[in-house]
Amino acid sequence: MSVRVYDLAHARAGDKGNTSNISVICYDATHWNFIERELTPERVADAFKHVAKGPVRRYPLRNLKAFNFVIENALGGGVTISLAQDIHGKSLSNVMLAIELPDPEARK
Amino acid sequence: MKSRETVRVGAGAGTSDDRIVPALELAERGDIDYLVFECLAERTVSRENLSRSKDPNLGYSPSLHARLRMVLPACMRNGIRIVSNMGAANPLGGARAARKEAADLGLGDVPVAVVLGDDVSSIVKHRPELKLIENGEPLESILPKMISANAYLGADVVCEALNTGAPIVLSGRVADPSLFLAPMLHEFDWSYDDLPKIAQGTAAGHLLECTASVTGGCFGWPGKKEVPDLARNGYPFADVKADGSIVIGKTPDTGGRLDVMTCTEQLIYEIHDPTAYITPDCVLDITGIALSEESADRVRVEGARARPRTETYKVNVGYADGYIGEGEVSYGGIDAVARAKWAAEIVKERLRLQGFVYDDFRVDLIGMSSLHDQVDIRPEPYEVRLRLAGRTRERKAAHAIGFEVRAMHMHGPGGAGGACEPRVRDVLAVKSVLLPRNLVNSQVIVEGTL
Repeated sequence: MSVRVYDLAHARAGDKGNTSNISVICYDATHWNFIERELTPERVADAFKHVAKGPVRRYPLRNLKAFNFVIENALGGGVTISLAQDIHGKSLSNVMLAIELPDPEARK
Repeated sequence: MKSRETVRVGAGAGTSDDRIVPALELAERGDIDYLVFECLAERTVSRENLSRSKDPNLGYSPSLHARLRMVLPACMRNGIRIVSNMGAANPLGGARAARKEAADLGLGDVPVAVVLGDDVSSIVKHRPELKLIENGEPLESILPKMISANAYLGADVVCEALNTGAPIVLSGRVADPSLFLAPMLHEFDWSYDDLPKIAQGTAAGHLLECTASVTGGCFGWPGKKEVPDLARNGYPFADVKADGSIVIGKTPDTGGRLDVMTCTEQLIYEIHDPTAYITPDCVLDITGIALSEESADRVRVEGARARPRTETYKVNVGYADGYIGEGEVSYGGIDAVARAKWAAEIVKERLRLQGFVYDDFRVDLIGMSSLHDQVDIRPEPYEVRLRLAGRTRERKAAHAIGFEVRAMHMHGPGGAGGACEPRVRDVLAVKSVLLPRNLVNSQVIVEGTL
């Protein structure tokens, strides 16, 4: 059994230069520890390997039930020179939401 | 209703292309004291520098005309002061244009306070040794192609402009949250040493700087994150008190949604290390922030912290970096994807045969892989739009991409349709350096009679 990040959290992507930052915000604070354990920077780097070279850093924001993932070399060289259609990488939050994690209920 | 000791700062734009009607609603029905228009993306100033080099009267945000024409009567009637970076590469030119709009609207002689000094191109020219933040190389490497260099100024100089009493303040490059912090400094005389207040004001500015992003824009998801009446979503404001307390609200009787979820998404937006969001006014730490819903469409912001501002300004250096060319054509029905892939190979081969070279090149199958790549694992759609794009030093090579893609109508696989005209655009790249504060001479001048 697995769940998607989408089932437990919402997300938004932002851009600065060639770096994308993607928030992952739990709907329910009780899932924060599970996300912390399973949604590691390595797991995220693997999910993004086709669109970003990385590295990936993760910052906890416990007060906000959230994490901030900072993904470098993710925007085709940066907004100003990128050949992509989505130069800001606004759609990249959906790569995050599609990541599958083991079911938290099954692990209790 | 807001209390008498509260100052209400409204967000009227979060980018030069932002919608304008919600700003008018805020001016008419939002009971605001200030209306802030943030209209400069990273490369906008470079682009406007090019406009100014063609016509010395231009170089301010072209959206200034439409925005002021729409909101100025309501702002003047309701005593709302306007703060904006729509001055872009020519704040003085912007001020003259704004004054002319006011006069044409029958509002008389409206003085405009102008913030100058963000243009540091003549200063960095003599400092080729400054290191580019992005790659560590010296500024010298891009100096010959430099179009613009603008420091992100802070709230202090914008506050100085507000102190003149002019109803409109126009600047060039100012950090986004600083535009919102400035009215708070002006109203409450906060000192930069009073870090909890500077932190709260900066956090509020960050929440407001993308307008509808806290009121349900860029948020909704059918069946999952519903946003009521999104077509009529309103713009937000901050209710600020002298003690630094902040509540975010939105124009009454508008659509959209403002709650802890929308505010959390915007709070983390474009932040890297959440303990060190560097603005010209402070180094903000958002990790201690608590958001709570005070009532419908009102979110309280508490617990922002900050360390003192740094000794440097971040400077964006814009430079010309060749051209991007692109073309698109569509395939539908049986073997649509196979035909599109074949067409891509033919175009690439024809470009190669003509000797064109590209620093970067990209093939997208729109409908499969243009956003998240991995074409090999995506299901095939009924129809697909092929897009080819390349970056190059030569305009001719850039144009050839769209030219050859369009030629797929007659010289490619069967059944190609709907090719676009060849597209070419100048690349305005941006890199950044840090410049010691004492080298930047920001100042305020007033156009018109106070």
